[in-house]
Amino acid sequence: MSTFKQHSVLPGFNLALGFTLLYLSLVVLIPLSAAFIYSAKLTWPEFWNAVTAPRVVASYRLTFGASFAAAAVNAFFGLLVAWVLVRYPFPGKRLVDALIDLPFALPTSVAGITLTAIYAGNGWLGQYLEPLGIKVAFTPLGVFVALTFIGLPFVVRTVQPVLEDIEKELEEAAAMLGATRWQTFRYIIFPAVLPALTTGFALAFARAIGEYGSVIFIAGNIPMVSEITPLLIITKLEQYDYAGATAIAVVMLVISFILLLIINLLQWWVRHRSTKA
Amino acid sequence: MSIEICALSKQFGSFTALNSINLKVNPGELLALLGPSGSGKTTLLRIIAGLETADSGQVLFNQENSTDKHIRDRHVGFVFQHYALFRNMTIFENVAFGLRVRPRKQRPNTREINRRVTELLQLVQLDWLADRYPHQLSGGQRQRIALARALAVEPGVLLLDEPFGALDAKVRKELRAWLRKLHNDMHITSVFVTHDQEEALEVADRIVVMNRGRIEQIGTPNEVYEKPANPFVYEFLGHVNLFHGRVHQGHAWIGDLEIDAPEYPEAEDLSAIAYVRPHDIEVERTLNGEPALAAYVAHILSIGPVVRLELTHGDDLTQGAIHATISKERFRELQLVKGDQVFVKPRRLDLFPNHAHNGSIHS
Repeated sequence: MSTFKQHSVLPGFNLALGFTLLYLSLVVLIPLSAAFIYSAKLTWPEFWNAVTAPRVVASYRLTFGASFAAAAVNAFFGLLVAWVLVRYPFPGKRLVDALIDLPFALPTSVAGITLTAIYAGNGWLGQYLEPLGIKVAFTPLGVFVALTFIGLPFVVRTVQPVLEDIEKELEEAAAMLGATRWQTFRYIIFPAVLPALTTGFALAFARAIGEYGSVIFIAGNIPMVSEITPLLIITKLEQYDYAGATAIAVVMLVISFILLLIINLLQWWVRHRSTKA
Repeated sequence: MSIEICALSKQFGSFTALNSINLKVNPGELLALLGPSGSGKTTLLRIIAGLETADSGQVLFNQENSTDKHIRDRHVGFVFQHYALFRNMTIFENVAFGLRVRPRKQRPNTREINRRVTELLQLVQLDWLADRYPHQLSGGQRQRIALARALAVEPGVLLLDEPFGALDAKVRKELRAWLRKLHNDMHITSVFVTHDQEEALEVADRIVVMNRGRIEQIGTPNEVYEKPANPFVYEFLGHVNLFHGRVHQGHAWIGDLEIDAPEYPEAEDLSAIAYVRPHDIEVERTLNGEPALAAYVAHILSIGPVVRLELTHGDDLTQGAIHATISKERFRELQLVKGDQVFVKPRRLDLFPNHAHNGSIHS
């Protein structure tokens, strides 16, 4: 312990660290460890069978795949939205700015029902998309649409303040040196927002993995096709298969943790590279 | 490259930043735009650079109208007050940036870029920092890198916006001398903005004194210091004493003090203000027959080669205390201590009849 503790002018290190650990334990660690303990009731082969059943594996693929795709799309469009909000004055800008946060506040089930109503075969948009052969509701595409919807604010809200902080002088300097707008963006602005962009991506991705409410309505929940892992866990619970549900939960936890760790390392690397030698 | 500015005006809302400015910058000249904040000097510089557009008027480079030319096509180097170095790039990459973003056909090859950047870094004497990042450098080093970066694209004109404004006094002095030397070696037409009169007097070939969007005077440092065109320039450049007096038929009176004013033979009892530099104030212990103003020594500052005296004066002829600068020898001769009575008389002064003093300028 003493090796970690450095003399500091800020008082209360012990107290602050103690409180942090207590709080994290109560709120995060204890509930999560319960999942591990519960799943330990299964023998190893039982556990393995539960988490590698074809239906379960298909749900992992959908959950992580759609989440990743949604986060990637959000990273791109989120950056664009943030750019427009920061750079251009236009009427109703405040309103648009407020709209961005709506997916945060809206109950996810409301979002799910709304999206389903719009994209269903007889919905506002669905009736035009269906004849073109694009089915959104009750397909993996629907899952992707819902996850994109809920993930947007994360990217916009992390990138926006960083974009606002970029000094105008840097862009002016680049222009004076003969750089085009695109070169200025590519070499000056993008590297500056990249750390924030990866953070936004990670948050949107993490949120999408855990999303349940907005997805179950639009997904249609067809086993092997459009069934997400969180739904599978609920299904198992409803069948009183607590151990099986927690086993899947444990796998999700581990995968999510590993992915977030990788993203965090990536983020640290990007940040490190852009500010230090 | 020469720069010519014709009838340039710029308005920000109801604020007139530039009011019909005419100016010619000779090729190879180092010109200072000097003025208080809000005088329009930075706006003028930014319009020359193309970072700002004028409401009316023209900017000509080598007699060619460049008012609507894009920044990229102006071949102008610009140095910002806060350096504006690219944080995510090494010093080398910062300097190389202007060469790397050129269209493929005009872009020098890697070896050529390496050579040019190394040369420039040697020029600013910082080649040993090539692999560092901007945040690892001191302010003075950063500004030198910013200068090297601006020079990399071989601009016809170099513009500097308060280049030393963010640096501490000692570094600022060093960089001033260094910029002067660099300019002597390179002879690139340069314009720099400053609010520091000492900086302008020391570095520039010519000084343009600006105030409220207008040019007050253009001249060499000597001209603007020795022959200020108007009260504003007088007060803005260097320390000065201001006396209220009257002019009448070739004579001026400050209190009981009579001074010849042959430039104004026709003046009929006009109110006037007179400016006297502190080193043009004569200090005596006794009255030697000639009229002089009585004053008391309020403060003595005897650091350095000269002694600066602050003298209080009973009448309201002056604005605040009278400041006088005398040599160390003279100070020893007079043996002054605080509280002594002295008699002062201007050795040389400049009269401006009929000028109501607005008292808004302090430098």
